[in-house]
Amino acid sequence: MADVVEVRDLRKVFDGGKGSSTRAIDGVDLATEPGEYLVLLGPSGCGKTTLLRTIAGLEHPDSGEVLIGGHVVNGLPPRARQIAMVFQSYALYPHKTVLNNITFPLRAAKLPPDKQREQVKWASELLGIEHLLDRRPRQLSGGERQRVALARALVRDPRVFLLDEPLSNLDAKLRASARDELKRFQQRVGTTTVYVTHDQIEAMGLGDRIAVMHGGKLRQLGKPVEIYDHPADTFVATFIGSPPMNLVTRGEHLVGFRPEHLLPIENVPAAVERVTMPFRIERVEYLSGDRHVYGTITGIGDETRVIARLPSTIDTPISGDEVHDFAVRADKLRFFDAASGIGCDPVPLS
Amino acid sequence: MTGRARMPLADRDSFLAKAFLLPSIVYIIALVGVPFGLAIAFSFSDITAGDPSFDWVGLRNYRAIFEDGTFWQSLGNTLVFTTISMILVVVLGKVLANILVANFRGKWLVRFAVLLPWTTPVALSTISWLWLLDSVFSPIDWVMRQVGFLGPGENTYWLGKPWLAMGSVIAVHVWRLVPLAAVIMMAGLVSIPKDIDDAARVDGAGFWRRMLGITIPLTMPVVAVAGLFGAILTFTDMAVVYVLTRGGPTNSTQVLASWAYLKGIQGGDVAQGAAIALFLFPLLLGAAVAILRSVRRMETL
Amino acid sequence: MITSASLLTISNTDADKLRRRYRRQHIGGRAFLYVAAVTAALVAAGPFLWSAITMFKLNRDLYNPENNPFVLNAPPTGDHLTFLFTGTPFLTFVWNTVWVGVLVVGITLLLALPAAYSLARLNRPWSTPMAVGIFFVYLVPPSLLFLSLSRVVATLGLQDSTWSLVLIYPTITIPVSVWLLMGFLKSIPKDIEEQSMVDGHSRVGAFLRIVIPLSFPGIVAVVVFAFVLTASEFIYALAFISPSPEKVISTGVPTELVRGDVFFWQSLQAATVLVAVPIAFVFNFFLEKFISGFTMGAVKG
Repeated sequence: MADVVEVRDLRKVFDGGKGSSTRAIDGVDLATEPGEYLVLLGPSGCGKTTLLRTIAGLEHPDSGEVLIGGHVVNGLPPRARQIAMVFQSYALYPHKTVLNNITFPLRAAKLPPDKQREQVKWASELLGIEHLLDRRPRQLSGGERQRVALARALVRDPRVFLLDEPLSNLDAKLRASARDELKRFQQRVGTTTVYVTHDQIEAMGLGDRIAVMHGGKLRQLGKPVEIYDHPADTFVATFIGSPPMNLVTRGEHLVGFRPEHLLPIENVPAAVERVTMPFRIERVEYLSGDRHVYGTITGIGDETRVIARLPSTIDTPISGDEVHDFAVRADKLRFFDAASGIGCDPVPLS
Repeated sequence: MTGRARMPLADRDSFLAKAFLLPSIVYIIALVGVPFGLAIAFSFSDITAGDPSFDWVGLRNYRAIFEDGTFWQSLGNTLVFTTISMILVVVLGKVLANILVANFRGKWLVRFAVLLPWTTPVALSTISWLWLLDSVFSPIDWVMRQVGFLGPGENTYWLGKPWLAMGSVIAVHVWRLVPLAAVIMMAGLVSIPKDIDDAARVDGAGFWRRMLGITIPLTMPVVAVAGLFGAILTFTDMAVVYVLTRGGPTNSTQVLASWAYLKGIQGGDVAQGAAIALFLFPLLLGAAVAILRSVRRMETL
Repeated sequence: MITSASLLTISNTDADKLRRRYRRQHIGGRAFLYVAAVTAALVAAGPFLWSAITMFKLNRDLYNPENNPFVLNAPPTGDHLTFLFTGTPFLTFVWNTVWVGVLVVGITLLLALPAAYSLARLNRPWSTPMAVGIFFVYLVPPSLLFLSLSRVVATLGLQDSTWSLVLIYPTITIPVSVWLLMGFLKSIPKDIEEQSMVDGHSRVGAFLRIVIPLSFPGIVAVVVFAFVLTASEFIYALAFISPSPEKVISTGVPTELVRGDVFFWQSLQAATVLVAVPIAFVFNFFLEKFISGFTMGAVKG
């Protein structure tokens, strides 16, 4: 089932009482592709969870429309939207067995018992949990609970999956394999999925496209590569990528370049158009084979603290307290308007 | 310095645990445990208000009350009142709890109104009911006359006819206790994680399926606690019966607690009063143990 | 793989119909909620509304079964209100209730807080059985103990003195308060206490300086609940105290305003309203905090 989820000019304000209010969703337009895995990415409070819950029908927008499969679903309660949702806590019914957890939505839909059994068999096989059907949620591990939550979501054959940070409750080691399972699961089932997270690594790994949100607004929507290489504004530029993009103030503009593009001048081929930056190095960190070099650069704008990431393949000696010429390829430079943060056309630097 | 340094008294948990608890335990033993033992002793004596000397009489008091029909009537009444009240209190309390948890305009006013029956001293609120159920002036009868359920000058003798009197006593008990039960059950409702309710909505459950499949099973322990509190308060109450009917008409509303008071203080026969009142304890204990055990079973979720 | 009905095959008009149906359901649900809430409020507060009007009624207005009991059929009079304050020791009763309440609440907190801390935090092997034991004390009702306690009170020379209540009421309030406070205390993270002990406080110091301020909402809840219990208590007050100036509201109002067969109804209602409304007001105010206390207690046993 590969329906399109769309929101048009969605707005929602939360009343904080005593005159204060928060614009949780401030005019968001968004449409998924059929069957895609769309990630809503942003820091806490950016509105991504509110947006997800509004799509689900657990929150009501103040204005704007939500469409699923081309039909406006405003005014329909969650159970009429044929969606399935996996919560951060998985929200498994603690007093029911795994089997009853999974059949609950089928019973609510009044499916006949033999069809129920068929669906449960299919879903539990797909997720490899047939052996857990008699257990109760408190007897399951974190990874098992995720799979049960997914089975419960899958079993109704919904048109859209909505997932609210389901990996954040897992410990780091488990997260990577759980992420992999999730992606393969979605590709197999092919249902349109909207996934909320604040972890940009997760987003980059899982999403077919990423919608970056901040302050209730959609900052950029695009494939991971696009967002990484061509961020729409300084927020996206610094939120994505670890370490974040370096930004140097130059008059009314900001010049941006990613740490992995800031290399010792010896390592940037002279044939390519490049910009030289004298780099006063403060310290060098070794992280998983890369070297992270911290210091300040001058030459293209205000003196700014930056980070350079040298892969292990580059072994040019670098040490603290020296000034070394670094360079960035001209085509890797990004430009932003200093006042608004929005990306703009390149500005000559010579 | 040889040996380990002694932890100062203010740090020694094992000492503090006992020290902190001791005053309460002593208080309770002195003013509950001792009187309880005394009550048992009295029931085997011939103590009266006039003759406070303690003389052992064995089972004489018990034989006397067993032969007294009023005792058995009181016992039966107590059980009937408590059971019916408890059922009503739990059901109505649950409904009220759901109302109080919901969001609507005027919520504060409704909560205030609903709390009044319980927060008022029982004697005062019951006296109001004495007029409301009066055989001549009852406003309830007045309304019924206006609406046509009663003829002109006709009255329902709410407290005068045995079955009506029992119903009235139960009604006043329920009226008083539903707020308390509702507050206790509100706590249970509020403790259901919001995620679970959301998940049930998304899964397609409408109001009744959510209520019966999720809310009620998850709040069962709290409901049982509310029921237990309600039962204890009804079972041991003498104020409502004493004020409304003094146990009449012809002991049809007499309960163990009020009968014990009437015999023991007004009648002066302290020993018999104690014997009667003692019957409250084993029944309460049995019910409490049964309910708490089922709560423990429910809590292994 | 079965596919359930998909809205892909439903036209826009069908979606509209669905929307209208849900809207209707939603409105129906809301209407039912309002009706239920208003009904509950009226049933609960109805008698008090009636009291508020009655207290201003002239006798000839009140003692006429034809008259509408819910309106003033004759000009209102403040005479009964005046009588309450000047012709009866009502103000003395109020004062007695207040100072007894304050002292009892004070004693309760003094004993129950450390006890709750001991049972909730300083885990000893006997902690859980003790907690259960304290709960079971609640099952020994005043309607059983009052007989022997009146002997105890007489022996201590407190017969007919309001101080007898100050001594005895904590036996009612302490068990429940310990249970409530245990719930609140368990919800305070241990880290903060442990931090303060690392910083230099003893366990006692941590208790006094950190735990007590943090459990303030729980303490408030216990204060309100204990005060309500104290003000409402009837049987001990009735059994221990006869002289008027020593009585509390709970027993004083009924006995003073009911002389033989004569009920001073309007003054009685005035007393009821004047006592009920402030208590309910305060209780409502603290309802939220009270609820979280019960939640912890119920879930953790």
